[in-house]
Amino acid sequence: MPSKLKSPQDLEKLQQMLSKNLDAGKSRISVCNGTACRPYGSNPVAEAFKAELEKRGVGNQLELKVTGCHGFCERGPVAIVEPGNLFYQKIKVEDVPEIVEKTLKGETVGRLLFKAAETGKEVAGQNEVPFYRNQTRIVLGNNVRIDPTSIEDYIAIGGYSALSKALHTMQPDQIIDVIKQSGLRGRGGGGFPTGLKWETCRKAHGDIKYVIVNADEGDPGAYANEGLLSGNPHSVLEGLIIGAFAIGAHQGYVYVRNEYPLALKNINIAMQQAEKLGLLGKDILGSGFDFSVRINRGGGAFVCGESTALMASLEGKTGEPRAKYIHTVEKGLWDRPSDLNNVETWANIPLIISKGPEWFNSIGSKGNTGTKIFSLTGKVNNTGLVEVPMGIKLRDIIFDIGGGIRGNKKFKAVQTGGPSGGCLPEKLLDLAVDFDELTKAGSMMGSGGMIVMDEDNCMVDVARYFLTFLEEESCGKCVPCREGVKRMKQILTDITEGKGRESDLDLLKELSAHLKDSALCALGSSAPNPVLTTIKYFLDEYEAHIKQKKCPAGVCKSLIKFSIIKEKCPGCGMCVKVCPAHAITDMGKKKPVILDQSKCIKCRTCYDVCRMGAVKIE
Amino acid sequence: MKDSISKIVKKYGNDKSQLVSILQDIQTEYNYLPRSALDKLSKKMDIPQSHIYSMATFFRAFSLKERGKHIVNVCLGTACHVRGGELILDSLERQLDIKRGNTTKDRNFTLETVNCMGCCATGPVVKIDEEYFGHMTNDKVEPMIKKYSE
Repeated sequence: MPSKLKSPQDLEKLQQMLSKNLDAGKSRISVCNGTACRPYGSNPVAEAFKAELEKRGVGNQLELKVTGCHGFCERGPVAIVEPGNLFYQKIKVEDVPEIVEKTLKGETVGRLLFKAAETGKEVAGQNEVPFYRNQTRIVLGNNVRIDPTSIEDYIAIGGYSALSKALHTMQPDQIIDVIKQSGLRGRGGGGFPTGLKWETCRKAHGDIKYVIVNADEGDPGAYANEGLLSGNPHSVLEGLIIGAFAIGAHQGYVYVRNEYPLALKNINIAMQQAEKLGLLGKDILGSGFDFSVRINRGGGAFVCGESTALMASLEGKTGEPRAKYIHTVEKGLWDRPSDLNNVETWANIPLIISKGPEWFNSIGSKGNTGTKIFSLTGKVNNTGLVEVPMGIKLRDIIFDIGGGIRGNKKFKAVQTGGPSGGCLPEKLLDLAVDFDELTKAGSMMGSGGMIVMDEDNCMVDVARYFLTFLEEESCGKCVPCREGVKRMKQILTDITEGKGRESDLDLLKELSAHLKDSALCALGSSAPNPVLTTIKYFLDEYEAHIKQKKCPAGVCKSLIKFSIIKEKCPGCGMCVKVCPAHAITDMGKKKPVILDQSKCIKCRTCYDVCRMGAVKIE
Repeated sequence: MKDSISKIVKKYGNDKSQLVSILQDIQTEYNYLPRSALDKLSKKMDIPQSHIYSMATFFRAFSLKERGKHIVNVCLGTACHVRGGELILDSLERQLDIKRGNTTKDRNFTLETVNCMGCCATGPVVKIDEEYFGHMTNDKVEPMIKKYSE
């Protein structure tokens, strides 16, 4: 560990020394060991690389970097080899010796390269892979270059130089002006202009002020903040320190979801390293500015992503929101002016300070500058973390980057914005993805969840799912949310069980209007969005459930029936073996099996295992 | 027990605003929040038991019931839901013969659900203790459970 940095010159010297090592002409293998690659076994792969390099004693020719999330989670475990920017996918422990061997010889392991869907040809460079080619990875891009547990790595690529610039060459007001000029808007969902928020907080009365990182990414299906915080924690920390200096805060908080153990671990390590180097604590880089940070773990309550609830939780109280007649920038944590921003917002700050607001303005669209990270998941071919300039079309994300729908199924909807967002249909695929357009369409940006659904997903079931989620997560403080969400969920459950009435849709709309007007916080007031957008864009599905008592997508258990298509069934018995209810009887070879409806529990196992497509859902 | 509670409280400098983290640490130590531990905590930090109870029941991460040796966590986030996460939960409920939130009679498994674990690309996901199982299907449930059965 280098010694404490006491001036901008100290940092510069260290940076020069570390970046020299970086350019020493060594080959490098960056293995992703982010949270999403772990279910695929990236941990053993990373260990195997370590062991292989040690065994061969080639540490001076080949450097191994175990990094955070590379983004292309679908193909994990993934790695990038330099020189050549080679992208290897689905790496197994057995592949490791060959990769090392060939990398040392300057050769490529062809079978591990990405193959283009259209041509079937191998694509060598990461930048050529369609998933990456169409992205603008200004925030996430550094993940592949650094070991997130090494502050040296971050400094080597220019880390903390924005902090040094801000502390020594800029006045707080100047920093705020730069952020305002950049047009940066809060990445947590609301899209409030960050510079304006900082300015209000700076001008608010009071000597003690706080800055807070909201890393309580509770939206189910969104993990962009996780990928960023675990993959590049110093970038968030650097942004936070700059913000604290601009606002005049000396204490900061990072509120992290407890369900993200890796992010928690890495931000803790980052904080300790920054303290040791004098980038946190007293007299940061000899500027006279003091700032310290505390890390708080969440307790698994979705509502704590809401600013006032989060602050209550930081005070050691239950995470209940309050009405915001007085904004948190005036009276927030401990009733003092507090600025809360999302992980991604903070990570953008060092970039804007280093490269200037004009550069940031050149990315994205007017009023929606910069990039946005999305968690592209669900029924697309290429799932993963995607960073794109704002204003890009939904279609470009889902089809160019995401590679279209899995298994040649038909696209049905894309859900953005989590439980507060909505489901958008095919006719809106050319919608520009920015804060304003998504809101106009009845959805929202949220923290960047983008869940793609195909013809096998039932939109009524999706609406019921979100309301079930929100009912569980409602804190219960205000009546509209506590009771309204519950009733809406009951109505939706009835519809999915074939007990819906034609008047239900009007009732849902009426309840939605009340909830929007009267709920205390955004959890309640935006709860109707999934219901209203599905009614607006997928009315035919609601009508099929209510009038014909049918679920066209074959999802709602009470409305479907499994049966065997005799002509297609070769009697292989696969389904017989897996059926947990023993509802299928083997009738001998080459004779179709028989399914007993009275025993069937509609678990779908037979449908999943049948390769002949002989199980029908009606 | 007294020692371990004192240690945890000390780690957070007796700071009442750190109650969530303190409860997390107690839960890590005992696998759940035992009543006796909360009694001691209340005295030690001079926080009313009612407040500790309200915190322990408000946040979903806490359990006041003793949990099993292995925690099976089924993700029900949106990305897992659209790929059939609930069917995996049904299957686990059948095979373990318990409903979500409960512990098997032999105290080997507790079945819980979570709203997102941050590895949506591999959904549906189940986590047992620290091990993640991605792209789950009904027929993978049995071997997965077997691996953790004594």
